[in-house]
Amino acid sequence: MVDVRYDIAFKLYPYEKVAAQEATAQRHPVVIVGGGPIGMACALDLGRKGTPVLVLDDHEGVGQGSRAICFAKRTLEIADRLGAGDAMVDKGVQWNVGKVFHGPDRVFEFNLQPEPGHKRPAFINLQQPYFEKFLVDAVRDAQAQGAPIEIRGQNAVTAMERHGDFVTLEIDTPDGPYTLEADWLVACDGARSPIRDMMGLSFDGRVFEDNFLIADVKMTADFPTERWFWFEPPFKDSGQSALLHKQPDDIWRIDFQLGWDIDREKELDPANVRARVDAMLGDGVDYELEWTSIYTFQCRRMKEFRHGNVIFAGDSAHQVSPFGARGANSGIQDTDNLAWKLDLVIKGLAPDSLLDSYSAERAHGADENILNSSRATDFLTPKSETSKIFRNAVLYLARQHAFARPLVNSGRLSVPCVYDDMPLNGVDAPGLPEGTRPGASCMDAPLDEGFLLDRLPGKFMIMAINTEAPKITEVDGVPVGTLSLRTESHDPTGALVKRYLGETEKALYLIRPDQHIAARWTRSTAQGVRAALLRAIGKGALQ
Amino acid sequence: MTLNLEPNIADPDGFYDELLQAHEGLSKSESDALNARLILVLCNHIGDRDVLRNALTAARKG
Ligand SMILES: Cc1cc2nc3c(=O)[nH]c(=O)nc-3n(C[C@H](O)[C@H](O)[C@H](O)COP(=O)(O)OP(=O)(O)OC[C@H]3O[C@@H](n4cnc5c(N)ncnc54)[C@H](O)[C@@H]3O)c2cc1C
Repeated sequence: MVDVRYDIAFKLYPYEKVAAQEATAQRHPVVIVGGGPIGMACALDLGRKGTPVLVLDDHEGVGQGSRAICFAKRTLEIADRLGAGDAMVDKGVQWNVGKVFHGPDRVFEFNLQPEPGHKRPAFINLQQPYFEKFLVDAVRDAQAQGAPIEIRGQNAVTAMERHGDFVTLEIDTPDGPYTLEADWLVACDGARSPIRDMMGLSFDGRVFEDNFLIADVKMTADFPTERWFWFEPPFKDSGQSALLHKQPDDIWRIDFQLGWDIDREKELDPANVRARVDAMLGDGVDYELEWTSIYTFQCRRMKEFRHGNVIFAGDSAHQVSPFGARGANSGIQDTDNLAWKLDLVIKGLAPDSLLDSYSAERAHGADENILNSSRATDFLTPKSETSKIFRNAVLYLARQHAFARPLVNSGRLSVPCVYDDMPLNGVDAPGLPEGTRPGASCMDAPLDEGFLLDRLPGKFMIMAINTEAPKITEVDGVPVGTLSLRTESHDPTGALVKRYLGETEKALYLIRPDQHIAARWTRSTAQGVRAALLRAIGKGALQ
Repeated sequence: MTLNLEPNIADPDGFYDELLQAHEGLSKSESDALNARLILVLCNHIGDRDVLRNALTAARKG
């Protein structure tokens, strides 16, 4: 028996009995536990690199509750690399205008006009079930082209045992239990991670004493495609803050901050939800309740994301409050960071210690996300009388004075973290732009044909701008590609110069498979590239 | 820039009077709100994070 914990929006991987259930335990190079967005992205990335991967999920598809709705540019860029970006952007809603209210009064309005010269917008709104479905669609496409990915639905992991260099998993299915073995286990099993519990690992942090009521409503009313956020909303019983935000298919996300001492059952009663929504939308607005839920929020992370051959990614490793949309967005960056490293280690091309850098780099990312989302939560829910006085003073001043607007914090949009001062980073050259320093993810730029990031396809790349690229196609067996660009012919808008050269005439970049910059120079150097690449695959100490 | 903790306000008695007058007739909570707004306005004017940090320290030492 496998428990059904939630309803399915899209049935994408129905249970099918496989021969392995009757055979003796089979060994897999990589097993991913959990087929949420992070597990699927991880499987897709590894499978596209040719590493066989098995995903076990205890359901048969994507859960109905939308949860995440805001997906940031970096996530879309990673999805592009994985072949899922177009579907997401085609379906998603783009918006620029946000309005902030305090009580009945409008505090200010902002327009997040995207910076020009990027293929993808700063973010899109898209229901999480669609996001996950498009990843699974991309898995199916990859499988059709021979990628060794297998998904087993209604396969619930119930026990795990570690033996030196492999683990055994007990799996429950509708046909009863079976056992399998894995050289590597990636736990993408969500915030309540059973794997983390089975290993007795801690997950410490801060619990915010607050409940948020989420109502996704379907309405065709003529509301603008904008983000409206209220502090101390004026409508009846609406709590401390409220949010109205558009999603595809005429669905609107409505969010009410209810406080700590509430009666969950009562608040979730559709009549009570409707009373709140009516008060917000005004009389006579016709809508249907699509999905409602009450959430509490935590900000916490595991100390280490890697424990031998068990690796944690996504919500199992870290959890943040949703203000700033950092959960799924940061989880996707986890797998972006992990997949190429695990692939090289499995292929014997990089030392096992390379995976320690996954933990170091992504824990750094998680800390940044936790810091940002804690700050937003503290602004939304002032924790003392004085902090509330300051919060309201900021909101008051922001109506008239531009200076106070940057202090208003209803969630800061997720941007990729820079792996500053991390051990894989190689040399930097003075005079080049700050934004593309080693550790940063590459900034997109329009080329004469297409966009730069589409030319960085998930392996190590040498990018030579206005200089000769050293003739290197591999280093210690690790494949290396080359992109040679001349700004006079390939840089129609000047974005490449601005983002990668600054005042300098020419530059050479070594770019990792996750499109983060490993090292850069202002001249061509084969020796430099070799050394930086070895360092970026964890062989730095051998230099 | 360093935090100036030497006398810097012309006509100190006049200034002090103006400060109190700004609070005249306000309730405790209105005064608290005014103080908070005043702090934010002044902090923005100063801008320099080191100076602001030193000012916070000086104020906390009391
Ligand atoms: C209200 C709300 C709003 C949010 N908004 C945003 C947003 O706008 N942007 C954003 O980026 N993020 C947002 N998030 C966060 C986002 O939803 C999560 O970060 C994301 O779902 C994490 O993905 P995951 O794959 O790590 O885990 P999950 O999505 O939790 O997936 C875990 C999977 O593992 C499976 N599983 C669990 N146990 C087992 C087992 N024993 N055996 C087999 N399978 C198992 C589960 O069934 C599930 O499929 C929001 C979250 C909430 C609650």
